Amino acid sequence: MIMNKLEQYKKEKQTYDAPSFCIGDTVDVSLKITEGNKERIQVFTGTVIALNAAKTNGSFTVRHLHQGQGVEKVFPLGSESIQKIEVKRRGDVRRAKLYYLRDRQGKAVRVREKI
Amino acid sequence: MATGILGKKLGMTHLFVDGKLVPATVIEAGPCPILQVKTVEKDGYSAIQIGFGDKKKSRINKPEAGKAAKNGKAVKQVVREVRLDDGQEVDVEKDLDVNIFADVASVDVVGVSKGRGFSGVVKRWGFGGGRASHGGDWERKPGSIGMCADPGKTIKGKKMPGQYGNKRITMRNLQVLEIDVEKSLIVVKGGVPGPKGGHVFIRSTNKLG
Repeated sequence: MIMNKLEQYKKEKQTYDAPSFCIGDTVDVSLKITEGNKERIQVFTGTVIALNAAKTNGSFTVRHLHQGQGVEKVFPLGSESIQKIEVKRRGDVRRAKLYYLRDRQGKAVRVREKI
Repeated sequence: MATGILGKKLGMTHLFVDGKLVPATVIEAGPCPILQVKTVEKDGYSAIQIGFGDKKKSRINKPEAGKAAKNGKAVKQVVREVRLDDGQEVDVEKDLDVNIFADVASVDVVGVSKGRGFSGVVKRWGFGGGRASHGGDWERKPGSIGMCADPGKTIKGKKMPGQYGNKRITMRNLQVLEIDVEKSLIVVKGGVPGPKGGHVFIRSTNKLG
């Protein structure tokens, strides 16, 4: 009973539909960055290694390798800062969470492409 | 206008406010019937008694039933008194709802925090504890509690193990993010004391700035 009312409220507040990307996809996330009174768009490219979209208030994690150093960003779904999410490449993976990529370097980081 | 209302914590979520993600607590508050009015002439001070939540019939005792029969209102689970300014008028027939906070920017929320029982210093006060290896021998102990012959006693207020939680806590100056009169919901920024389903009292804040 208690959870129902809260879940109902969360559902009403949900600002996003089911995402168009999947785990393992390589995506371009266009972020709106505000510096002082200036705005610019920054693109963060990487592999989606986690996606919590089943529940309300979902989020997804994108992992990017910058000069061999792993960088991860967690984005809330429905964020107003995200201007656009573009899928560059579909990934063929067998797991729901690709945390094993964190332990890998170089060629081993690659995810097979879904054809 | 009366300044307080009773409610039930539904739980937490997050919302986008001006493009920023903020933590929020959803509280189901009211409608609270006014069960009794206390006046300066009769009681020496001015206040109203408000109730919230239905009470099971088998849990109602005779004094409660008698009072309910007298004022013609259902017996409520939680009853609380709210002080009024002397001479402040209230409409007894009209239930208090979240609309009383319609033009209020921030509120205080009073609740009973989650009880953690008799807790040690690491949980209760965030002490670091000792090392687990190399013969540490005091993993979660409080350590020294004072000096030597001078002062010869443990200073007052020393943080020690003891009962933690299950205590009345007031969160002050919580920003009101949203009010839904139809569903009796009030959404405040940040957390409020107590578990989900715990009863809370909400009043307009008296903290300045």
